[in-house]
Amino acid sequence: MALAPYATTGQRIWYYGFRVICGLIFFFLIAPILVIIPLSFNAQDFFTFTPKMLALDPEGYSLKHYRDFFTSNDWQQAMWNSLKIAPAATLISVSLGTLAAIGLSQSHVPFRGAIMAILISPMIVPLIISAAGMYFFYSRIGLQGTYFGVVLAHAALGIPFVIITVTATLIGFDRSLTRAAANLGAGPVRTFFKVQMPLILPGVVSGGLFAFITSFDEVVVVLFVGSAGQTTLPWQMFTGLREQISPTILAVATLLVGISILLLAMLEVLRRRSERLRGLSPS
Amino acid sequence: MADGTAHAGTDAFVEFERVQKSYDGETLVVKDLNLAMPKGEFLTMLGPSGSGKTTCLMMLAGFETATHGEIRLDGAPINNIPPHKRGIGMVFQNYALFPHMSVAENLAFPLEVRQLGKSDREAKIKRALDMVQMGDFGGRRPAQLSGGQQQRVALARALVFEPELVLMDEPLGALDKQLRESLQFEITNLAHELGITTVYVTHDQTEALTMSDRVAVFDDGRIQQLAPPDELYESPQNSFVAQFIGENNTLEGVVQELKDGIAIVRLDDGGLIDAVPVNVAEVGERTLVSIRPERVEHKRERLSPDAHTLKAEVLEFIYMGDQFRTRLRVAGRDDFIVKSRNAQGQDRLRPGETVEIGWLPEDARALDA
Repeated sequence: MALAPYATTGQRIWYYGFRVICGLIFFFLIAPILVIIPLSFNAQDFFTFTPKMLALDPEGYSLKHYRDFFTSNDWQQAMWNSLKIAPAATLISVSLGTLAAIGLSQSHVPFRGAIMAILISPMIVPLIISAAGMYFFYSRIGLQGTYFGVVLAHAALGIPFVIITVTATLIGFDRSLTRAAANLGAGPVRTFFKVQMPLILPGVVSGGLFAFITSFDEVVVVLFVGSAGQTTLPWQMFTGLREQISPTILAVATLLVGISILLLAMLEVLRRRSERLRGLSPS
Repeated sequence: MADGTAHAGTDAFVEFERVQKSYDGETLVVKDLNLAMPKGEFLTMLGPSGSGKTTCLMMLAGFETATHGEIRLDGAPINNIPPHKRGIGMVFQNYALFPHMSVAENLAFPLEVRQLGKSDREAKIKRALDMVQMGDFGGRRPAQLSGGQQQRVALARALVFEPELVLMDEPLGALDKQLRESLQFEITNLAHELGITTVYVTHDQTEALTMSDRVAVFDDGRIQQLAPPDELYESPQNSFVAQFIGENNTLEGVVQELKDGIAIVRLDDGGLIDAVPVNVAEVGERTLVSIRPERVEHKRERLSPDAHTLKAEVLEFIYMGDQFRTRLRVAGRDDFIVKSRNAQGQDRLRPGETVEIGWLPEDARALDA
């Protein structure tokens, strides 16, 4: 929006002031992340920029921390653990969350508000409280310290994201489509997979991505519920920071930033696709 | 309404017998509905919103369950058959085309459900699309079509699996007037050509009159009258139908005399008129007399010598091209309309003028008050 020719002095000040504020917000959000990236290529085992790096001398940079990450047993084990836990947790979150969202969008379901609030609560309750609660509960039923326990815990954390995104997509879903499908002879299961699912898929997938990232980034709950066998990447980074301050963490962090950007880009593509489908559909 | 009442054992194709529907368990949206349709009939359910017509359609489609009574299709009760097993085609008000499928895929959907082979499917899809003149649009997405084209596709999809009964829920409501008229024509032609039984729901009376074999006028959860369009317009059975179908003048009064099939009605301001007694039974009853605007005559010489006439003051004269529309004050009401054809020698009444109006006794109908 360009500045109008009749703008008053106050409006002019606000016009530029607003841009400065926005710039500052972006700076504080992004700078800490950006600074990690060059540091991860540090040739030394330091967390700071060396004089050589500042001089842009190629000798000041190296991939050794990345090599560390890909060769160290601990890190590789952690990565595999994360890659085993996150997809399983995502799968559970997506299936249960989508079903819950569809159920809760039916007007005849009683206590919808209360059920929704309970299902969303893992997102609102402080993580440490959920973690402590899960620890005691899972210990009692023998899930504490197991792979399945961690997966379940992460699924519980991911479900709210799926419910929220799918519910949002369902608001724009035209109910007469399911009626049309039934009228044309399709049973409920076929209607769900052939008509409803393809149309709410963007919501399901973006919910799934959030659930995946939640599990992939999660450190508090896994510390409580997991055992040494379930050391995930964030857990390894956490211990790495505490015990052996190595820039390998920075290399891992850079990789994670890359993955996050990739996932966010996917989300955006999906969002545009769904808008195209819905924006032009008659509803 | 004897012709519309269902009798067990008749060869009606679609039957509603004593059907009631209540959403909340207290108020009845549909009250004691009885209806029998022969095969191949085009029947329109017409009524104001909230009259129960859409609920009836939804019960027939299976999306709503009847609270009481029985619905039969081809003699067999369908109350307990889920919608996807009824094999009834339906065209929805907002088209309800699947936006993620192409036109051809939309049409293939009901055929895939019925496990037809690929070549069979393609032949049927092609025939259905050609039928609605959309043969070249199979590869398009619904979003790439105009409203009228989408409705054509929706129609093709409802017909492609060759159902014997097709339901249409205000299918033309979202289209502009011209398109609506051409599609009305196409739909009736198709329905008659294919010999399908059609139940059409609308609140547009022109649509109902022009398209249907019979029209069921709904109000207050009941069928007020079930009759062919001409009978409905010319011989409404009660004042609701008279008011709802077409333009109508009403005069209020009391039946003074009943003889030889003519009722003499004393209007509230003292005037006397002749009318056909429709649902007034005895002298002294209050009645609403209904007269169509085009049946009112203001030239004394065209009326029979013993016809009763009323004094009328011209309030407004509107020139409409093919016809004149004159608003009069008659018997204390100032909304009395007379329509006259713009013919050679037709009078153009001027506001302020006083004329004498009358009509043939059979054009005035004494209905319930």
